[in-house]
Amino acid sequence: MSYVCVRGFIILLFVVLVSGCGSLDKKDLNTVTVWHWMSDRESVFQALANRFENETHIKVKFELYAPSESYAQKVKAAAQTDTLPDIFAVLGEKRDLASFIKSGAVADLTGALNKPEDGGTWKSQFFEKALAVNEFLPDNEYGIKAGIYGVSIDVAAIQMLYNRKLYRKAGLDPDKPPQTWEEFLEHCKTLKENGIPCFVGYFGEIWAIDALASNYAMNLMGEDKYFKTFEGKVPYTDPDWVRVLSLFKELADERILVDGAVTMVSKSAEQTFANERAAYTFNGSWCVHVYKGMNPDLDYGAMLPPRLSKEHPMKVWGGGASSFVVNDQSFRRANAIQFLKWLTKEKQQSTLAAETENLPANKKSLGKLSKVLAEFADDIRYTTHPNVFPVHEDPEVTVALDKGIQSILIGEKTPEQIAQAVQRVKEKVMKKSHQGQP
Amino acid sequence: MKDIFVSPGSEVNYEIAKKTTASFFIHALLILVSLTCLFPLWWAFASSLKTQQTVFTDLSFFPKHPHWENYAAAWTQADFGLYFLNSLIYTTAVVAGVLFIASLGAYAFSRLRFPGKNILFLVIISTMMIPIPGSFIALYVLLNKLHLINTRLGYILPQINGQLALGIFLLKTFFDDLPKELEDSARMDGCGRFRIYWNIALPLARPAIAVLAIFTILAVWNEYLLAMLVLGDKSLMPLQRGLMVFQGAHVTQYPLLMAGIVITVLPVLAVYLALQKYIIKGITTAAVQG
Amino acid sequence: MSYFKARKIIGDTIFILPAFLLFFTFSLYPFFKVFELSATDWDGISRSVQWVGLANFKDLLTENPTFWLSMRNAFYITFLALTAQNLAALFLAWLCDRDIKGGNVYRVIFYLPPVLSGIVVGLIWNWIYDGNYGLLNHFLSFIGLGDLSRAWLSNRKTALTAVAVIHMWKGFGWGFVILLAGLQSIPRELYEAARVDGANGWVVFKNITAPLMIPVFILVSILTILGTMQIFDIIIATTGGGPGYHTEVPITRIVSTMIASSQFGYACAMGVLFGLILLALSMIQIQVSKRVRQV
Repeated sequence: MSYVCVRGFIILLFVVLVSGCGSLDKKDLNTVTVWHWMSDRESVFQALANRFENETHIKVKFELYAPSESYAQKVKAAAQTDTLPDIFAVLGEKRDLASFIKSGAVADLTGALNKPEDGGTWKSQFFEKALAVNEFLPDNEYGIKAGIYGVSIDVAAIQMLYNRKLYRKAGLDPDKPPQTWEEFLEHCKTLKENGIPCFVGYFGEIWAIDALASNYAMNLMGEDKYFKTFEGKVPYTDPDWVRVLSLFKELADERILVDGAVTMVSKSAEQTFANERAAYTFNGSWCVHVYKGMNPDLDYGAMLPPRLSKEHPMKVWGGGASSFVVNDQSFRRANAIQFLKWLTKEKQQSTLAAETENLPANKKSLGKLSKVLAEFADDIRYTTHPNVFPVHEDPEVTVALDKGIQSILIGEKTPEQIAQAVQRVKEKVMKKSHQGQP
Repeated sequence: MKDIFVSPGSEVNYEIAKKTTASFFIHALLILVSLTCLFPLWWAFASSLKTQQTVFTDLSFFPKHPHWENYAAAWTQADFGLYFLNSLIYTTAVVAGVLFIASLGAYAFSRLRFPGKNILFLVIISTMMIPIPGSFIALYVLLNKLHLINTRLGYILPQINGQLALGIFLLKTFFDDLPKELEDSARMDGCGRFRIYWNIALPLARPAIAVLAIFTILAVWNEYLLAMLVLGDKSLMPLQRGLMVFQGAHVTQYPLLMAGIVITVLPVLAVYLALQKYIIKGITTAAVQG
Repeated sequence: MSYFKARKIIGDTIFILPAFLLFFTFSLYPFFKVFELSATDWDGISRSVQWVGLANFKDLLTENPTFWLSMRNAFYITFLALTAQNLAALFLAWLCDRDIKGGNVYRVIFYLPPVLSGIVVGLIWNWIYDGNYGLLNHFLSFIGLGDLSRAWLSNRKTALTAVAVIHMWKGFGWGFVILLAGLQSIPRELYEAARVDGANGWVVFKNITAPLMIPVFILVSILTILGTMQIFDIIIATTGGGPGYHTEVPITRIVSTMIASSQFGYACAMGVLFGLILLALSMIQIQVSKRVRQV
């Protein structure tokens, strides 16, 4: 290669590079930018943005950053440089949202939600549970001013599902899924006698373990005692906690859990259930769309996890699922709020729900849901979520508990051993937080 | 052994027989390993011709009713036309940058003298070791200060830097072992150091440069985390952004995703095939020995 | 210092300048930032940061057994990769270095695993290792070893090795390409001379190939150590670190500390410590290999 060639190439390179630099155009007041992570909704969002522009002459620019881990990174990085868009989402736990609010990046929407309008307030259109995930109650542990800081565009419930066809095959009544833990064990026995594998969950994703364990802890000991554990007033070595942990030992000992489920990712577990290789699974309402794609003929129903105790109600995780917040520093705040208001109206919510088979956040949009989705919608009333708990467990303890349950599931540790191990972590964390506040 | 085969003719036959058996076993082994490498690609290809319902149930070697239209659908839905061009620009720029800068640096570390050489080499190499997990925020803040967020340059420069350590390390290893005689004689003829580097050292290190090019191309072609962080405009995004369309938060459209993967993998393989010959034609054809 | 000498040094420095500039802008600043954050309790979002000194490191060294467990797991995989994976890569490169029929085809095929997207690799291997419908279990019962079948990725005895096998399968192509380039750089004349002397394949390898390849071996083994210690994607696509902590590796711990528990400062401390360990490892390796070369 001659020098001329090299020089030419370098010049060409510069031209290409510099030409890309002019893209930072000035965005005007009438363009609202939204950062989202939902690849499967990208096309609906674009269509809705066009509809909104036609109605209001406000342009909405949806930018997709996926997968959600990258999205969360981008949002955190942008928060450090004050380059957040007008509308974005805080993916993570309540304390992350609290940190964003404290750093002044998230607008308080309480006023807008409560403003009286014809046809009731904006707030009144939502499912009661839909907004709770973004709400901070008075005197909350983070010291955030009470109010609602985000709006949900859909809701979800995470519960158990059973395969009706496999039920029929085993001679069980497909309209009578197990109500109690004993019934569940009995049904599993019948299923196994008929050569049907029982339960698949994606317990490789530890939040799924966390959700199921949390459901049973609340059912067995009641919310009050459950929260007291978080506060350190009830130890994890309490008999009730050991009982919760021993449920997982039963799942393992009775070979109810499908081999390998303890490390499965959601995709594998969903394939297993969709292809009728397990009678039960544990999944969120978004699974309806997933199963429909994999096996349209799958005949299944949703059910609450079978009760362990009658004393306290069985609650499942759920409520507002995908939420957006408004950038408090944006001078397009009013337009951003106007768009979110429009997006959560009945018509737009119906479009969104229909397109991705999700549960809408607007209760008027329920319309004609598929049978399973209606069952999920019906159970929204039983939902709760760590994001609406008044107190929170330290993540280190939660991870120790979830990982410990994995150890129980593979028969490595006993419930008692795990209870003690988790309690040790809890004590360490509490000691540390005491030191932190001199 | 040789004593047994007295006649020269039979010895030749034996040699040939030995060679044939040996090459039979060699090929058997190579084919076995090849099959394990080919299987996933074949699976991806076969899956790309199925439907979402049959992708995990129809385990046939080749689907009975191949859905070739998946490829057209993947191409348009993922907007590959646009992204291909972008990825081409990024790959060319990063590869050119890495090859040029890394080979200059490696040559300097191998042949030239400058203050703090050894320490600097260690420091640069050590950036390969430290998997700065939290560095994305620092990088974003830095790029923001430099006004490089959402620009092509802001995406290219960190990637060149990202490959430099590997490149310098790899090329230095090869430069170190190249014969110095030719360079010495060129110096006697009055050539400057750049000319020696460009006309003599670089051509000699062709196999190593080809390897570096292959690795860099693959890295840039498959990159998307940095793209998500740095870029905003869809029109600037690289190829991998297209594949994201098929991977929803919950639903993955497997056949289209597989079609997309096959589409994106083919160019890398083609380039690798083309660069192969530089790995083969190393020093022997340059015929510089002695 | 004479004018000419100074001029020469400046001229030599210009060669390293572009690399130097890029490095100082894009590596050093983030590096120091991470170092700084490792001494704080930053959560990754807040504007306020509390200085905690060496507390993160102290906790890491004394009260974080899972981090060291993850380190041990990574060492185990690295040991396998250094031995089994690299020997396989070398052997295959050596076979392909000879003038065999279809050599080009093999060379392309062996590079397929590194090229393949992680998504495909995850799907395929989850299927191979599956406890109920897995290919491996099918194969075992086909050859009469059905008793051995299990859910390979969630069995505490096999999970880590199973993950290591995926990693080695995906990674041997890298070593293969570098080693092949190294082998190709060896002048053919040397081989021919040896053959004339009547040396057999092993002797040729031991006396000619291996000594000339030592720098390339070092390169490949350092890259293997770095690549394997930082294994992450494969774990996430298969076991997520489970069951329990059996397949946790340093990067999965760092990422989960940073994202799941929002302890950004602490995660930075983990990263710094991990990086220092890798650095020390590589330095030891370079020193040892220098000795070997001098012998």
